Amino acid sequence: MNGVHDMGGMHGLGPIAPETDEPVFHHDWERRVHALVIASPTRGNIDAGRHQRELIPGPEYLSMTYYERWFAALSEMLVKGGAVSAEELANGVADPVAAKATPRLSPEMVAPALSRAGSYLRDAPSPPAFASGDRVRARNLSPAGHTRLARYVRGRIGVVERCHGAHVFPDSHAHGRGEDPRPLYTVRFAARELWGPDGAPRDSVSLDLWEPYLERA
Amino acid sequence: MPHDHPGHDHDHGQEPPSDIALRVKALESLLVEKGLVDPAVLDAIVDYYETKVGPRNGARVVAKAWSDPAYRARLLADATSAIAELGYSGGQGEHMVAVENTPSTHNMVVYTLCSCYPWPVLGLPPVWYKSAPYRSRAVIDPRGVLADFGTELPPDVAVRVWDSTAEVRYLVIPERPAGTEALDEDALAALVTRDGMIGTARL
Repeated sequence: MNGVHDMGGMHGLGPIAPETDEPVFHHDWERRVHALVIASPTRGNIDAGRHQRELIPGPEYLSMTYYERWFAALSEMLVKGGAVSAEELANGVADPVAAKATPRLSPEMVAPALSRAGSYLRDAPSPPAFASGDRVRARNLSPAGHTRLARYVRGRIGVVERCHGAHVFPDSHAHGRGEDPRPLYTVRFAARELWGPDGAPRDSVSLDLWEPYLERA
Repeated sequence: MPHDHPGHDHDHGQEPPSDIALRVKALESLLVEKGLVDPAVLDAIVDYYETKVGPRNGARVVAKAWSDPAYRARLLADATSAIAELGYSGGQGEHMVAVENTPSTHNMVVYTLCSCYPWPVLGLPPVWYKSAPYRSRAVIDPRGVLADFGTELPPDVAVRVWDSTAEVRYLVIPERPAGTEALDEDALAALVTRDGMIGTARL
């Protein structure tokens, strides 16, 4: 979706404000949101969660902090997934007739689960169409749903640097259409190709792009 | 809509809890009451991200790459495995790629669409990394961003920006500072900064 989250290349979004000796969390509620997102049975997946945050209306998205967005999306996902009802969320009280669940994680499971080496690599449905060194154009697509085809590369020509094998395809995965693995490539774009004469001549930007985003150039 | 004010923790002292703090508390209570989460699990997750991961992990990786040419070669060939050799793995580090700064190339990492970041080696990202000003500017004005962080990059040094749009996460290997030949890995690791491994600073 062409949302405000897709902000690469915009001007005027304010100064970068690094903080000296920044803590991991600034508020106790941020600790709890971070942990709740990991521990809750949202019955979604990482891509659905990302898309849920993108669905926050643009003006609100820009005015919210990161963990405010996480909290808003978590609440929506819990209701969508049926883990809690809208009434329970509004009242903060569990429906007395609903069965009590068992948490999916116990404290001793936490560290092993968080350090587990997962993978998004899958068996490829077909051989990759492109190889390192191929010139490709990022297609000019504007899907209304989730995509990682950032607007600032659409229509631009780059060079394939690397094929990562077939990875879970977020455009399908975020919408409950399965993992739909597709070849994933790192594609390098010259700054001048992206930004015209305002780009520095030697600079470049590389993105990881799935095969459906690309066409031979 | 409430806002964070970095550096000022409103959850302490005499101020009443904010609206968002109350809403988060209410959701946690509801999920606990329904048996969906265990508060001790939440404590363990917070502890993990506050004490088990962080940029010291990445600094160990960089220091070893500086000290051990065979490790550096493994890191550049297959960063996920090389990083796992040191015991670092997990969510947001499933597919690691190490990119090395040289006298002619400087690397910088961003995720323009959200805030993806290599948690096992750098911990959770700082607020500025997740914020609109950095996400918007890093790809179009990386030299301006570097200047804001105090580094004026000569025009003959190429900037390579990596926008981590998939599950691949990037770790910048900074250039080893001059005059550090006598230092061991522990001493080298102490020189490596988080921003150096994101690429918004040179060491």
